[in-house]
Amino acid sequence: MYGKGLRPLSIATVAMLALSLSLVAFYAPLDADQGFIQKIFYLHVPLAITALVGFIVGGVFAIAHLRSGNAKWDAYSYVSIHMSVIFGAAVLITGAIWAKASWGHWWVWDEPTLVSFLIVFLLYATYYPFRYAIEDRDRQARYASVFAITAGAFVPLNFMAVRMAQSLVHPRVFATANGGLPGSMLLTFLCSLAAMALLWVTLVKFELTAKSASGQVKRLRRALDAPAPGNTSRIAPEVS
Amino acid sequence: MTPSRVAFAAILGKDLRAELRTLQSLPAMALFSVTTFVIFRFGLDRTSLSGSLAAGVLWATLLFAAVLGINRLFVAEREEGGFDAIRLAPIDRSALFAAKVAALLVYLLALELVAVPIFAVFFLGSAASLAPLLAVLVLTDLGLAATGTLISSMAVNSRARDLLVPLVLLPLAVPLMIAATGATEPLMAVGGPGYHRFGTWLMVLGLYDLIFALVGYAVFDFLLED
Repeated sequence: MYGKGLRPLSIATVAMLALSLSLVAFYAPLDADQGFIQKIFYLHVPLAITALVGFIVGGVFAIAHLRSGNAKWDAYSYVSIHMSVIFGAAVLITGAIWAKASWGHWWVWDEPTLVSFLIVFLLYATYYPFRYAIEDRDRQARYASVFAITAGAFVPLNFMAVRMAQSLVHPRVFATANGGLPGSMLLTFLCSLAAMALLWVTLVKFELTAKSASGQVKRLRRALDAPAPGNTSRIAPEVS
Repeated sequence: MTPSRVAFAAILGKDLRAELRTLQSLPAMALFSVTTFVIFRFGLDRTSLSGSLAAGVLWATLLFAAVLGINRLFVAEREEGGFDAIRLAPIDRSALFAAKVAALLVYLLALELVAVPIFAVFFLGSAASLAPLLAVLVLTDLGLAATGTLISSMAVNSRARDLLVPLVLLPLAVPLMIAATGATEPLMAVGGPGYHRFGTWLMVLGLYDLIFALVGYAVFDFLLED
């Protein structure tokens, strides 16, 4: 059931990734200041935006889970956060590479966005030990949802506090919202962002499909072994 | 249904009375913080501290001491069946959250009543910065109490009880520590307390307290269901 539409979605993702990567390689102009290394921006920033939005989406699914009590939303929330943590690791690695190339150090503490991201990443990295330390299946789902909501509220607050902690305002390499970016760069950036968001959605859908399929297999195997319908013991979130 | 105010007072009174009679958390927290100060004295090789170093040592110590108390906050409820009793009682479950936040706030303030003067005696030249520090202490404790109560109530029902509180609480407390040290740093500057961005940091602390008190209040009901 979760596999429906997976093929066209995957094809669209691959096409979009190919388009955005070729735009990055051949269309976007070289940055006057930083040269070739600036191109990692088209990977780093979309990954970061997708991961952060994914964390918030995980929190929204968690709210849906607590409100409805439907375990499906817990699985959605889990997979969203899981995928965003993986994206987050990629953000930190690409960020370190970029920092090394443009500032000469693998890590710079006066770049508030990167530091905030590290803190958010560290918090969400505790989601797994937290979740799997709770044995009871329903309680695990509820507690994980509470964690996801709390952490979701934490994300904007943390960004604000870290930004304020900068004693001197670090020059922003790229103006964030309006202007600063020439049209060709902006187009490439938006394409990369769309590609990363599509990639996230596709991977989330793949994982949900896999979880649902393995749950079904487990149920079938159990039905074969013991014909009497017993209750299923589940550790990982499952989708039915 | 018992009014929430009565339930709140009853649970808070029970917690404080139990702590006074058993002294399970507070002496350990105070002793821990004094020992940590001594370790910092040798770790940093300083006999007096000021500015950001003083703020960092003070808040790192208080945070870790708070973790000790937060770890034990719900142990009695878990081991003596208090959770079941609360579930059976005709009260609003949020009363438990509010009472536990208040109890933890009292513990933290009591800890600081011991630890902060000792810190001043050990490392600070004068006690001039201690009066304005009170506002920072209260606001930071409130935030720590709100997040700490939330995390503790979940960790106590898990397999890795003592592990989860520091694991989850420390990253959650980072913005709180940024604001607390930001406000404390000028207070302990060389040459008398300063108030650089003091109000701004207090506002950040207040915002943190508000957000996590509301989040805790909103989700706490779901933690008690079974």
